[in-house]
Amino acid sequence: MSGDKLTLKQKFDRWMIKHGRVLVIGLPYFWLFLFFLVPFLIVLKISFATAEYAQPPYSALFSWIDEGITITLNFGNYLFLLSDSLYATAYLNSIRIAAISTIITLLIGYPMAYGIARASGTVRSVLLMLVILPFWTSFLIRVYAWIGILDREGLINAFLLWTGIITEPLIMRQTEGAVYIGIVYTYLPFMILPLYSTLEKMDVSLIEAALDLGCKPWKAFLKITLPLSMPGILAGSLLVFIPAVGEFVIPELLGGPNTLMIGRTLWNEFFANRDWPIASSVAIAMLVFLVVPIMWFQHIQSKQEEGQS
Amino acid sequence: MPQGALESAYEDVHKTQPWNNPDAVPFIRFENVTKKFGDFYAVDDVSFDIYRHELFALLGGSGCGKTTLLRMLAGFEEPTAGKIYIDGVDMSGVPPYERPTNMMFQSYALFPHMSVEQNVAFGLLQDGVSRTETKQLVADMLALVQMSKFAKRKPHQLSGGQRQRVALARSLVKRPKVLLLDEPLGALDKKLREQTQFELVNIQEKVGTTFVMVTHDQEEAMTMASRIAVMNEGVINQIGTPFELYEYPNSRYTANFLGQVNLVEGVLVDDDEKYAVIKSDEGGCDIYIDHAVQGHQGMTFWAALRPERLRLTKEPPENTKYNCMSGKVEEIGYLGGLSTYHVLLASGKRIKVTEPNFTRQIEPRYTWEDTVWVSWEAGAASVLSK
Repeated sequence: MSGDKLTLKQKFDRWMIKHGRVLVIGLPYFWLFLFFLVPFLIVLKISFATAEYAQPPYSALFSWIDEGITITLNFGNYLFLLSDSLYATAYLNSIRIAAISTIITLLIGYPMAYGIARASGTVRSVLLMLVILPFWTSFLIRVYAWIGILDREGLINAFLLWTGIITEPLIMRQTEGAVYIGIVYTYLPFMILPLYSTLEKMDVSLIEAALDLGCKPWKAFLKITLPLSMPGILAGSLLVFIPAVGEFVIPELLGGPNTLMIGRTLWNEFFANRDWPIASSVAIAMLVFLVVPIMWFQHIQSKQEEGQS
Repeated sequence: MPQGALESAYEDVHKTQPWNNPDAVPFIRFENVTKKFGDFYAVDDVSFDIYRHELFALLGGSGCGKTTLLRMLAGFEEPTAGKIYIDGVDMSGVPPYERPTNMMFQSYALFPHMSVEQNVAFGLLQDGVSRTETKQLVADMLALVQMSKFAKRKPHQLSGGQRQRVALARSLVKRPKVLLLDEPLGALDKKLREQTQFELVNIQEKVGTTFVMVTHDQEEAMTMASRIAVMNEGVINQIGTPFELYEYPNSRYTANFLGQVNLVEGVLVDDDEKYAVIKSDEGGCDIYIDHAVQGHQGMTFWAALRPERLRLTKEPPENTKYNCMSGKVEEIGYLGGLSTYHVLLASGKRIKVTEPNFTRQIEPRYTWEDTVWVSWEAGAASVLSK
């Protein structure tokens, strides 16, 4: 009956049908805007300021001069990053350490993910549980635990000394090796989970078909399983690589004075030197370094999705 | 098995068929094969032979063990006990990649990251066939399955029927001694399935490969197979040509599985060298069989009556002593070319009758609640004891 007045609920329902879509999509975008874009813009703004002994410790970007807005942009911070080799070394070191850690994580994580994906129902959920279990303890505590294991007076040295294999304790902590152990240990679940989800989706009959057509098992793995798990390898690698580049806690606690990583440099600029503008420009530069692989990844992935579906 | 005129004529045909020739050497032999998964017997002490150039179908419902048999042939499963021979060679411990078999998977299992061409070439390249020869063989095979136009496409760009052809080409291109087909037409719609059934048979005749096929579709098995093994709960119920299975089922299970059947229960009351009489309370009549049956008086038998062999009349037939039941028309299914009727007997038993609609009619011959008579020739019924 068209002439009847709509109740409030009917009005609301009709409004929701028309605009609900925008609302649902809009909410996460609003969240990202508020907690990602706005802080990013603040950091970007600070990176163009100069350091001052003031509260806040940097110059204002906008100032009222002669009844007009004057924008003072200081590119000096970025030029400074280029001029001092410390930053370049820190960036390259971070990328190298993150890349090597990612490869190690992949080599360890792939067989684990494969094993989990091929395990039977109940075993599989237990194994998945075990992968996620470390997250139930604080990340910091787990890294501290590694100090206890790797230290000069740590568990490994104590054991080796006790068995008499060594007479002098090994130096394991405060080396780059310890940083690798820390990163691989911490980020392994991030590699296993996406790998597991692609391997689990893969039709086992594809492998059987390859075997049936005369392919030996290891060759079937190279020709079928590996190419088809590429999306998982890429996702897992980026989930490890990107946070590992900016990692601060692990090199701080396990690394030595020589393990220069950009996360530590950033921290020092902010808290030790109190040079916020330089610290901000370091952060922005790191973001640019990371955005490139992310975009590359998305490009590959959209191509992959086009190719399969 | 009953002795009749039909059969003596059939005897002659038998001689050309290897399974009736005691000197013929079987190509595939299952010898007391058992497969257990935990405590479950998927296949239970099965022995049978398949001959060269056969199109052999394993037919049965889900979980009857037919797929397990096929997978054991392919080498994906090892028998718990027993042996499988292909062309005289014991297949125990031979991995799938060294067997002279290729399989067409139910899901087709086409490699999604490879083109049609690459999929078909895959098996040849594994065997170290040269690039140029592979190219030629792939082109020939794609021409055979009429897929040459789609050589560069990826599997996801193909329709179900086209994928099926690629899967067939991929499994045939290596010229296996045995081609295994797991529900080869299961994923196709009805029309395409019927058309593809004949195409597959034609291709099989052209290449001469022995085909072993798994299916749950009795029509598919009947249309395509030289012989069918009817399976149930891990054992083979009966093996025979489609004709044998339909006309001479050995059990109610086979009779039910192939085509439609009315099973009328009764007891043997008269038994002679030439005939037998079964008194059926369910049918409310005596059933006259024109041959002897093996059994003693008082034993329970089932008369298997195919719906298309039954006659439906409004008047009682001339001889109401034997082979005639009366009831009420309960359901009518008009299918155009033929009609099916469900006749409810006094005992509560429903009898299905199909009648071809030979002539165009002004109005249906029978309607609901009509009292009708169902009768049949003495030779129409087969007698089953289990």
